[in-house]
Amino acid sequence: MRAYYSTRHVLDRAFSGLGYGSVALMALALVALLGPIIGKGLGAYWFRGTVEFRLFVLERFHRGNAKKIGIEHREAMRAREPFWAVLRAFEAEMESDSALRRRVGKDYHRFQSHIRELLGPIPGDSPPLLMRQQYGQTRWDRALVKRHQALHIEEWDYGDGTGMGVRVWKPRRLLYAGTALEPAFDLLENHLEAMLRPRWTWYGRFLTDESFDAHFFGGIWAEMLGTLCLTVFAMLVATPIGVLSAIYLSEYAPEGKLIHLLRLFINTLAGVPSIVFGLFGMAFFIHALNVTPSKSVLAGSFTLALLVLPTLIRASEEAIRAVPQAYREAAFSLGASRWHTVATILLPAALPGILTGTVISLGRAAGETAPIIFTAAVSMGEPLRWGRLLTAPTPALPWNLYNLCTEHAAVDEIRHVQFGMALTLVALVLLLNMAGIFLRARVSRQLKV
Amino acid sequence: MSEENPHVKAREFSVLYRDRPAVKKVTLSIVRGAVTAIIGPSGCGKSTLLRAVNRMNDLIPGCRTEGELLLDGENIYAPGIDVVALRRRIGMVFQKPNPFPKSIFDNVAYGPRLHGRLTRQELAERVEQSLRRAALWEEVSDRLHTNALGLSGGQQQRLCIARALAVEPEMLLMDEPTSALDPRATTRIEDLIAELRGSYTILIVTHNMQQAARVSDYTAFLYEGDLIEFGPTRDLFTRPREKQTEDYLTGRFG
Repeated sequence: MRAYYSTRHVLDRAFSGLGYGSVALMALALVALLGPIIGKGLGAYWFRGTVEFRLFVLERFHRGNAKKIGIEHREAMRAREPFWAVLRAFEAEMESDSALRRRVGKDYHRFQSHIRELLGPIPGDSPPLLMRQQYGQTRWDRALVKRHQALHIEEWDYGDGTGMGVRVWKPRRLLYAGTALEPAFDLLENHLEAMLRPRWTWYGRFLTDESFDAHFFGGIWAEMLGTLCLTVFAMLVATPIGVLSAIYLSEYAPEGKLIHLLRLFINTLAGVPSIVFGLFGMAFFIHALNVTPSKSVLAGSFTLALLVLPTLIRASEEAIRAVPQAYREAAFSLGASRWHTVATILLPAALPGILTGTVISLGRAAGETAPIIFTAAVSMGEPLRWGRLLTAPTPALPWNLYNLCTEHAAVDEIRHVQFGMALTLVALVLLLNMAGIFLRARVSRQLKV
Repeated sequence: MSEENPHVKAREFSVLYRDRPAVKKVTLSIVRGAVTAIIGPSGCGKSTLLRAVNRMNDLIPGCRTEGELLLDGENIYAPGIDVVALRRRIGMVFQKPNPFPKSIFDNVAYGPRLHGRLTRQELAERVEQSLRRAALWEEVSDRLHTNALGLSGGQQQRLCIARALAVEPEMLLMDEPTSALDPRATTRIEDLIAELRGSYTILIVTHNMQQAARVSDYTAFLYEGDLIEFGPTRDLFTRPREKQTEDYLTGRFG
């Protein structure tokens, strides 16, 4: 009984406790990370779309029932009519009351621009240039944010003396008390649904729609296609080289200093920061070899291939080495040449391991950002076309996700696109990995009994 | 079984691993169509000698040979010898059954596919014939296309023999073919060796002296790389000429 309190036992328990603890911590971190990505990312596909959304899809992609949407749009326009009437009445009041104009003229301009963002052009406006000004809010969640901005005046309170301002939302209606604009606030508060007609919408084409006006509208097809092309071409380049190198290293290479050194280099290459690969790719493939005059899928794929090669070589070499020596001896004793043994015995037996390496590399190539910054990725661009699949630069999910989150003119307006991209990227990598695991399981089942 | 025309003849033949001799200046003749056993304690070089005959030792880095090893009068270590062609003439069965992780049919067909251009029909015939010779046909004829790793150890070893026979070799090298098998499977393999005798020259390494006595016509006793005694099995086991042979056979060392 006393054995339970021995040092060995306590240590043993402490270690297993630590083990469980770290696994739990990892699971928690995973949930904390994936939760928002999935939750908010789904918002790009599944949201309350307004009549503006349906109108946009009809006009730009020619999808949807034109007749029904036309009727719905007219009804929404009719519901907005009283609101426009209030605005016109107020403008007339300002015409005649110059004191009122001086008092609220500036703020009314701000109010108007909020309304334009919320509902689209105000009747009488000249046709706007940017697409984002031609439509009202397409998403109900964004519409609610815009309504809040229209209903309130944003002020900063520096009263606590620390110099740090506190944001205060003051009801805008207070400023317009007693004027003709007052009913507008009630209309906004109570009848916005009739003006925008939100409805739960499944927008699966987010994946395959082109984007419009810097991702204010549409989907992420250009990025999707770019990532797919980059990944596929990178693997097409890397897999044959990687597997052949692994075959050489495990079956042909004479054990010696030179091969030892070569292995060391390969392992070191696996630890080189990816941004260095990016710079190297630009310097080597674009400037030195001039595969294309500027950024392109080709240059990006080569760079990504280089990046995943060490992983691929190591995984394949391990897999080929792990094939029992007895298979080699049996094949040789039957009069098979070295190459024949590799092709008919070793590669099939090592296939599960090689597949695993390939899939890991595939996921890595799909998600890498740094190597493509200088070699392939552009922040805004057309989806790739057949004729210039290899020679054109392209947007790609990882780089454009970063770009949209940091360098976009209206980062806050397109959160749903950012999260949608993140979800799509994660799902893509997950899907590739699952496919790999499935394939591996199938192949190993064939090898076993 | 004439001793005038030996199938394999070793003349002052040595095998060295990084200058450490494993087989020392062995001279012996292996009679065509007979079963020759190599016995001796562990590490005496019997497997090394066996593997020298189809040049499997080539795979080991730092391994080289001296002297001559003649197959039908031709030195197989002479420069310009086609090792692949050589191995085609000499089949090999290993200590542990090592079928490929393929179907039974593909295992047996591996050698013929490698060398000949057989039609599908001829290939199927060759596979059946080889499996029959290896006394395995009855047991597997209805599941030729299932994975060979699903067979029992003894069946796997007979499959390996069938695989070697399918190349139609003149000679079979067996490296302790029953050491990983149970007694019943061992008996089957020994019966099989008895059936194959005459059609093939068989060279078998075994550390089981009873097995050597049961299956072989000639026996070579190797000790620390030296060939101590070589002769007809009956003579060697009943009237050994050398003191060391007698000591080994009576279990005084080994």
